[in-house]
Amino acid sequence: MQSLVDAAATGSLYALVALAIGLVFGVMRLINFAQADYITIGAYALIVPSASTVPTLFIGAWPMPLMVAAVALVVVLVALATERLAFRPLRGTDPSTLLVSSFALSFLFQQTIMLIFNSRPKSIEFGSALAAAVEIAGLRVPGVQLLTMATTIVAGTLLVFFLRYTALGVEIRAAAEDFTMAQLLGVRANRVIAVSFAISGLLGASVSLLLVVQTGTLDYRMGIMPVIYGFFATVIGGMGSLPAAALGGFLVGAASQLLQAWLPPDLRPFRDAFVFGFVIAVLLFRPEGLARPRAMRERV
Amino acid sequence: MGVTADIGPASIGITGDEILEARDVVVRFGGLLALDRVNIALRRNEIFGLIGPNGAGKSTTVNVLTGFQQPTSGEVLIDGRSIGGWSTNRVARSGVARTFQAARLFPALSVFENVVVASVNAGGSLAAARERAGDILAWVGCANRADRPASALNYGDQRRVAIARALALSPKFILLDEPAAGMNERECDQLVTLVSEIPGRWGCGVLLIEHNMAVVMRTCSRILVLDGGKPIAEGTPVAIQTNAEVRRAYLGDKAPGAAHR
Repeated sequence: MQSLVDAAATGSLYALVALAIGLVFGVMRLINFAQADYITIGAYALIVPSASTVPTLFIGAWPMPLMVAAVALVVVLVALATERLAFRPLRGTDPSTLLVSSFALSFLFQQTIMLIFNSRPKSIEFGSALAAAVEIAGLRVPGVQLLTMATTIVAGTLLVFFLRYTALGVEIRAAAEDFTMAQLLGVRANRVIAVSFAISGLLGASVSLLLVVQTGTLDYRMGIMPVIYGFFATVIGGMGSLPAAALGGFLVGAASQLLQAWLPPDLRPFRDAFVFGFVIAVLLFRPEGLARPRAMRERV
Repeated sequence: MGVTADIGPASIGITGDEILEARDVVVRFGGLLALDRVNIALRRNEIFGLIGPNGAGKSTTVNVLTGFQQPTSGEVLIDGRSIGGWSTNRVARSGVARTFQAARLFPALSVFENVVVASVNAGGSLAAARERAGDILAWVGCANRADRPASALNYGDQRRVAIARALALSPKFILLDEPAAGMNERECDQLVTLVSEIPGRWGCGVLLIEHNMAVVMRTCSRILVLDGGKPIAEGTPVAIQTNAEVRRAYLGDKAPGAAHR
């Protein structure tokens, strides 16, 4: 039972990442691996830049609402800057060019963080009150797990509301289905893409904060595994459908947590291999993903 | 060139604003001359036909007029302003909308949302955009299907919604690319009625590209004929029907009468 709660929490976290990746993929046909670094940068924004392994808190020491807003702002600005500088000039080129650009950008960010902060993981005292377990119906659930699930539910609901009931949201959905047609109907390409990146930044910031509270550690590669999982999630869900991406995120996250709990101890170090094997199996039997992939359908 | 032109470049300047023009447009794809000095002047109160055999350059003309294709030389002007270097969304917001032969609705969006995407870009509030979308859907007779996903519509309805969507942008000019293709006779009649109402009702000039000669002859006040990227005739439907060069252009595959489908 405890492991089911763990699974739901991890699944929720990966669902957040999958939403960010799925949203940007929808409008730009780009799998943005720099999403990993949005997460990492959000976490490193909490501390005073130094090489120390036990750094002093900077933004992380601010009052909670201010701290959340500041981290969100930093990550959104980074996301917008990457869109403007690394992806916009390449728009209209081959999707693989965009993909290479996102890899290059991700390495650039990692090396820069290593340069400033050094490559050793750092441990910080941050939000430890949230790590304390809450007792619910005989189950001891860490507060941060509840917070993760709540964040995912709130973020998902807000996103659905935004995409369904605002002008910009409807334009983003139209652009995700047929970008050329949307532009011919007056949809501003730059605005729609920038907003999608900003939202992916917001989602990235919430993942950073949740991860740091959960682990108390900073690492210059901390965003990579969540993003790889998030990417698998969007693939499993079917590229181009956000609810399916979120569901996919939930499934891979939950699967990895359950494998962690149920695999024989000798096999646990290879947990990721099992998860990735599961992804391959899904792709073999449902190459188009679990949902019907609108975005991949041939365009007339 | 055998052009029975009643609008020459000289008269374009007089009409001034409210006009969509192609001036001496040339488009070259490698060695292929897709358009060879095409001149079009579409006024806001008329329905102008663009016909020609397959490969004549009709679609390229539409692509140039919407800013999707940059001309190799020549220019396109909206109300006297050149659109050179504009993005397609800027051209669209400046008053030029188009439809495609395949309706290209956004399949997962509802019919209503398909139209709202365009009407929110016509300026004004979201409420005004929704109201306009509702009005236009009612006009094309699809109001009762507004909440269905666009993918659930039949072919004829998809075409009508595509026209509604383009009009929702409040364009000054609408370019319709073969709206009658694949329609039966009854649907063609409805289409003729609909298209004929556009200038008066929505204040919007129509460029109609169509293979169905009956539809063209019944709706258009002027017609331009392209063949191999070259304009070969321009004039009233009657003048075009009796034009020897037009007959010759079509005789390669079929006579104008036989181009009926």
